[in-house]
Amino acid sequence: MTALAQDREALLEAGAPALLRQMMRIRRFEEKCAELYSATKIRGFLHLCIGEEAVAVGVISSLLPGDAVISTYREHGHALARGVPMESIMAEMFGRATGCSRGRGGSMHLFDASRRFYGGNAIVAGGMPPALGMALADQMNDRDDVTVCIFGEGAVAEGEFHESANLAALWGLPVLFVCENNLYAMGTALAREHAETDLTARAASYGMVAWAVDGMDVLAVQEATHRALAQVRGGGGPCFLELRTYRFRAHSMYDPDRYRDKAEVERWRASDPIPALTATLLERAVASQAEVDAWQAEIEAEVAAAVEAAEAAPLEPVSDLTRFVTSERGRG
Amino acid sequence: MTTTSRRAGGPRDPRRAAKAATISDAAETAAAAVEPTAQPVEHAGGSMVTTYREALREAHREALRRDPRVFLMGEDVGRYGGSFAVSLGLLEEFGEQRIRDTPLSESAFTGAGIGAALRGMRPIVEIMTVNFSLLALDQILNNAATLQHMSGGQLTVPLVIRMTTGGGRQLAAQHSHSLEGWYAHIPGLRVLAPATIEDARGMLWPALQDPDPVLIFEHGSLYPLKGTLADPPPEVDIEHAAVRRPGRDVTVIAYGGGVSKALAAADLLAAEGIEAEVIDLRVLRPLDEAALLASVGLTHRAVVVDEGWRSGSLAAEVVARLAEHAFYELDAPLERVCAAEVPLPYAAHLEQAALPQAADIADAARRTVSGDG
Repeated sequence: MTALAQDREALLEAGAPALLRQMMRIRRFEEKCAELYSATKIRGFLHLCIGEEAVAVGVISSLLPGDAVISTYREHGHALARGVPMESIMAEMFGRATGCSRGRGGSMHLFDASRRFYGGNAIVAGGMPPALGMALADQMNDRDDVTVCIFGEGAVAEGEFHESANLAALWGLPVLFVCENNLYAMGTALAREHAETDLTARAASYGMVAWAVDGMDVLAVQEATHRALAQVRGGGGPCFLELRTYRFRAHSMYDPDRYRDKAEVERWRASDPIPALTATLLERAVASQAEVDAWQAEIEAEVAAAVEAAEAAPLEPVSDLTRFVTSERGRG
Repeated sequence: MTTTSRRAGGPRDPRRAAKAATISDAAETAAAAVEPTAQPVEHAGGSMVTTYREALREAHREALRRDPRVFLMGEDVGRYGGSFAVSLGLLEEFGEQRIRDTPLSESAFTGAGIGAALRGMRPIVEIMTVNFSLLALDQILNNAATLQHMSGGQLTVPLVIRMTTGGGRQLAAQHSHSLEGWYAHIPGLRVLAPATIEDARGMLWPALQDPDPVLIFEHGSLYPLKGTLADPPPEVDIEHAAVRRPGRDVTVIAYGGGVSKALAAADLLAAEGIEAEVIDLRVLRPLDEAALLASVGLTHRAVVVDEGWRSGSLAAEVVARLAEHAFYELDAPLERVCAAEVPLPYAAHLEQAALPQAADIADAARRTVSGDG
């Protein structure tokens, strides 16, 4: 047995069942969201991460409570993995007052300051500069918290990526850059938008450690994240992880998905992280089918309760429309 | 390419110094050369002779001393001493942690200011000119101004962003525009335009106390402005407009670099027996509508001065408010004196022709009083 396989073994024993359960939870939540979108309960843009759950779970399960997460508009999985309550996320999707952004944000802008979850940024690469600043504040105050900045491979074409990568490396900031490479920037394939498709080489050109990981393998993602965090937290400067993954669904509910070959989608579905890990756990008797079934039932109940609560939740009064534009000094 | 060209053509580039120094109130190079030390001259009687630039520097020094969370970052704020010499000497006094030179990455360092503010710091971000701030507009609009609302009130961004604005220094069409009206369009921002030495000295501290993002626009022609400042300097608010000269016949509303022109116009008018009241807006967002309405309620006439282009300008907003709320008070059509609708040209005579001048303001004021029976 190789050293790597032994590590995996250890990881499996330690936390793999919890990782699987979390991925199942995210998957089921998002499937329900798609249904509710079709039923017009959820509106606006809805970007699902179905197929990419191993990234959300592998990365975020590795963080400490003091770490920060800045994400993108495809962030339901990140928010759930970070511990933002499903009920408050679903209520946000419904535009309710009990939503995690009080109905101001919707699917693309989930926030939970108490868990240091800072959205939900729908400008591609727009979350990167603030991530630097949070990390800078931590560095200036000798805190060992890490800021994790999640973005897609499309962001690597944005100027803000390059400005941010340079500044983070220049100042040695405690930032972990997590690039979810799902091969498509909306409908544009990687090779159709990048002259150099080796994203780690581009990140490394700024003087930071960068490597690519199988983003369909939650254990590999977690292992890589732990390694990267050790460096960043230890004052070693920023790190860049490229997580190679794939979204099984279209870009958003509006996307007719004309730009991908169906056979390609099917090939990737064969490496779906959830059945793969389920099979591994059952095979090694780390979990039983009965346990997996019990998790699924618990998740169904949690999702159903979240939907029920969102349906029943109050709307923000229109008289509060202009609240939260500027701070409410002296407000009762 | 952008960065090298603007650096080479920067306002303190010695190659431009001779030319710049020939233009009155234009010469950052000359001004910095004659006032290399940061210390204002103290006079007996509790006041000192100082400049707008030194007043800004003292405001930074005070903020950095009073609050350990405050730090300054931007292009050339440290070793160079600030592209307009505002921060000259601060690196030596406060060190590299708190006076941070940044790469030419407006979006990254402005956004970093937002993140640091979210994390409890009180950053001051300096952007070289308002034209360059467009490279950071994503961060200013989509994050700084928006995060509080989008997060349902969970986040606030106590960030101060300072930048130079305005023309009159022969810096042509990528260093001279007045785009503060665009920023004043954005809910979630407070927008300030210090026009006096007192405001240059006094606005920074209350801006840093504001829990929300504040933009401070410093008109480039004002840095060498000399004057006296009380010692200790007076506290100022960042809420209200100010009457800079009282008058009964016509209200002239200006801000930033336009205030001195409005006061010069008022002198011209006074010689003809027309008493103009000059209002300095000071705060471009939120507008102090009450002050404007109070003055127009007395004079029944108004001229609005704005170095921005007329179409969709801040001046357009001011006259719209007056038309909405003071229509029956008005004895003459509202007048605007704005920049000509051209990218600002380099040649001095063309640039001056494009900008509002005291004579233009006086003409507009005369029109408001001449039609009155």
